[in-house]
Amino acid sequence: MTQFDVARIAVEAALAAGARYADARVMHRRSESMNARNGDIEELSQDEDAGVGVRALVGSSWGFSAIPDLSDLSGRKAGEMAAAIAAASASVPGPPADLVPSVAATASWSSPCEIDPLSVPLSDKGDLLVSVTAAMHAAGADQAEGVYQVWDTLKWFVSSEGHRIDQHIRECGAGISATVIGDRETQRRSYPSYRGQYGTSGWELVHSLDLAAHAERITDEAKALLTAPVCPAGTTTLVLGSEQMALQIHESVGHAIELDRILGWEAAFAGTSWLDLTQLGALRYGSELMNITIDPTVPGALGSFGFDDEGTAATVRHAVRDGVWVGVLAGRDSAAVAGLDYAGSVRSDGWARLPMVRITNVGLQPGPHSLDEMIASTDDGILMDINRSWSIDDKRLNFQFGCEIGWEIKSGKLGRMLKNSTYTGIGPQFWRSMDMLGAEVVAWGTPNCGKGQPGQTGHTGHPTPPARFAGVRVGVRA
Amino acid sequence: MSLDVAAQVLDLVRAASPTAEAEVTVDQTDLALTRFANSFIHQNVAESISTVRLRLHADGRTATGSTTVTGGDGLLALVERTGTAARLCPPDPQWPGLAPAATVAPAPPVDDETAYADPGARAARVRAFVLAADGLEAAGYCSTLQWAITFANSAGQSATAQTAEAAMDAIARAGTCDGVARLASNRLADLDGAVLGARAATKAVAGKDPIELPPGRYEVVLEPTAVVDLLQLMAIYGFNGKLVAERQSFVELNAAQFDPAVTLVDDPFDAGGAGLPFDVEGTPKRRLTFIDAGVTRAVAHDRRSAAQVGAESTGHAMPGAASWGAIATNVQLLPAGAHAGSPAGSGGSGGSGGSPLAEVEGPVADSAVAALVAQVGRGLLVTDNWYTRVLDPRTLVVTGLTRNGVWLIEDGQITQPVQNLRFTQSYPDALGSGGVLGIGTHSVALPSGWGIMTYRAPALRLASWNYTGNASG
Repeated sequence: MTQFDVARIAVEAALAAGARYADARVMHRRSESMNARNGDIEELSQDEDAGVGVRALVGSSWGFSAIPDLSDLSGRKAGEMAAAIAAASASVPGPPADLVPSVAATASWSSPCEIDPLSVPLSDKGDLLVSVTAAMHAAGADQAEGVYQVWDTLKWFVSSEGHRIDQHIRECGAGISATVIGDRETQRRSYPSYRGQYGTSGWELVHSLDLAAHAERITDEAKALLTAPVCPAGTTTLVLGSEQMALQIHESVGHAIELDRILGWEAAFAGTSWLDLTQLGALRYGSELMNITIDPTVPGALGSFGFDDEGTAATVRHAVRDGVWVGVLAGRDSAAVAGLDYAGSVRSDGWARLPMVRITNVGLQPGPHSLDEMIASTDDGILMDINRSWSIDDKRLNFQFGCEIGWEIKSGKLGRMLKNSTYTGIGPQFWRSMDMLGAEVVAWGTPNCGKGQPGQTGHTGHPTPPARFAGVRVGVRA
Repeated sequence: MSLDVAAQVLDLVRAASPTAEAEVTVDQTDLALTRFANSFIHQNVAESISTVRLRLHADGRTATGSTTVTGGDGLLALVERTGTAARLCPPDPQWPGLAPAATVAPAPPVDDETAYADPGARAARVRAFVLAADGLEAAGYCSTLQWAITFANSAGQSATAQTAEAAMDAIARAGTCDGVARLASNRLADLDGAVLGARAATKAVAGKDPIELPPGRYEVVLEPTAVVDLLQLMAIYGFNGKLVAERQSFVELNAAQFDPAVTLVDDPFDAGGAGLPFDVEGTPKRRLTFIDAGVTRAVAHDRRSAAQVGAESTGHAMPGAASWGAIATNVQLLPAGAHAGSPAGSGGSGGSGGSPLAEVEGPVADSAVAALVAQVGRGLLVTDNWYTRVLDPRTLVVTGLTRNGVWLIEDGQITQPVQNLRFTQSYPDALGSGGVLGIGTHSVALPSGWGIMTYRAPALRLASWNYTGNASG
């Protein structure tokens, strides 16, 4: 019996139990992670999970069931249970539910991969993390940490509309950080990002990071931060490096344009959105420099796929064009409620979790300037980069973000290093203040995007250049 | 059956690597969650998962593996894969050894109605909540969890336990104002959707037309729902033995770091919700006092962090703890009148003592909150702290926002609803000597958004909380 057979049996069982639509995902995922600290391996874990998750629509009510077994019997049981749960949902019914059309594709898709991450010897991976963290510790880091993570996911998707799609997605990434501890403070510097850089890529991504080449530099910067002046409080011109821009986009654009949030489906937990569908196509989100795309086709970016978990083919579209809000991240059912004609942004964190609207690759299109040009054009401001803390309200408006490091900008030149750099604002006001845009794009990967109940961890991508913003409040502290 | 699986894995390890030290955990969970929004059930899920986890130490090297593939050759593959990984990875000089054989106290009995609830039982509570919201939009969830865990290691320790939890966490929405009701219990029968829905609706209506207040320091009454956030972050970043050893925590053992009114314990036998009597290393758990009348007395350890400082494990190992450290999952701030030596359950209503949510009018959660409000000259009543993130673990300075209702208190009376505020505040500083002006007289068991944790908290009246922004920025 093939994985497709199990999925087909599950779908047929749900239909036989009363569903008018059903889909099933059989998934087999292997993951591996290693953590090192101060020259020793702290943890090596290799995990495997496999099962089938079935979604059933009975009338206008949904049910979902997941079982960690791949047999004729388990597929049938999961399908029947999903339909039974959907029937229970109907006791608290909502408006009529529908699905926007999706081409019933028969297809296979694999992410690009030159070096299979799981084929790289553990001894090589371990030596890399041990040597880099030992070097940082020797250079003065109190806590020198290194991590890599690998996910290798096989999916088989079948729907009652005729979809039959298999995908093989390999993701990996790595990062290092140096933390120094002072009197009532810690300072940390990370490379390349505070949680590492990740992509739908093979181990060549980790090779390209060249972690060892940055170990001493970030350690020295962390030590220097202990005695650096604190980021001053006030309102100033803010230049953000591309890593912090990725966080800014993720939190204040990516989640805000999720259609399920806009419709209130996440109101009690993740929250809603300040965006109102009646303003789609007309609302000014940011300055005219702001062009945000939803693009799950970016090769190697962490939010890339061939088909989403509803079987919709990956497609590029604008979310913000010339500063005007024009698009959302949607699923087939939420799009139907909103009167839209596209979906394509639904994914699940494994076979045991319900597919839901998730950020894919939400990125900012580049502008004409280099980072040096933005600094040179700034008379008085601050450059911040590498995220350290992030908090935003449940409508995705009021944010406060902290960065690992900042520098004064005076008369077009970088000045003193600054510690405890924070900035705060209201999303649309902030984006409308963007007055310069960089040219060099990095597709940052976020491997820990939380959403949903039960909780799901999503993998998202954020291609972005650095950018400059005017009149930003900085230096918020206790 | 789970003991058989654990024994089978240990046999496979012995056959492949007779001198290896091995520990096996078999988790079997049935989690079901009925989620609603816009007053109808829009997501309704159930999962049943068995996960076998193996940690293996051989020739000075350690590796961990897990699988949900337990049939066929799945277990053999797990043993072979983990054994290979242990041979290839770098040495582990900090290996603390396996937990020795020890007696594990029995877990509280499990309520089968909770452990094996059907979708109809959850939907009925959702329906009651929606009806009680009386026309306001309602959103949230009702969940049930059954969790059975079996442990065995090659040093002779073995244990098995089961726990269950039901939880309801939902809002009613009056325009842009949300009111919340939240409760966890080890008995589904304790979750009364109608009572919770009415409480959420009352708070939502009382939050309409909020005023904007300027940022600044305010005296606050934090409802139990907001206090839980303090407990979670202090458990993760403060009373975490690994972080203490690394000097990344604010905790100083045996120092009077907190107001004398503060006593903080971890107690899986009095969790109000899910609680297990041993950890994933097989170490028995016990009631552990972190803060006794303001004095820091203990931190959570697994075997690895304990060995580093010459202490004993407190039974707080969890998957990933080698990197994150040991995190307590059943933390309680004791209510007024209780002390560290009080018998389990004293002073706390948890989920099993009826519903204080039905005993008050207006936006306060219960009568204990109302009593604290009555003592405030000018301050704020806060329902939830939301999206809290740590700016520096050493001081536990946290930024976050209020959510689900803030009200101005003047002369002991609630006078105005207030728009949400952003704060930037050191949590230990807020709880420092002289900072705690009052603690509620009973605690509430509440589910956590951070996974399988159940915390219990009374309300807190604090002298000062630093609000650094408002809706205008």
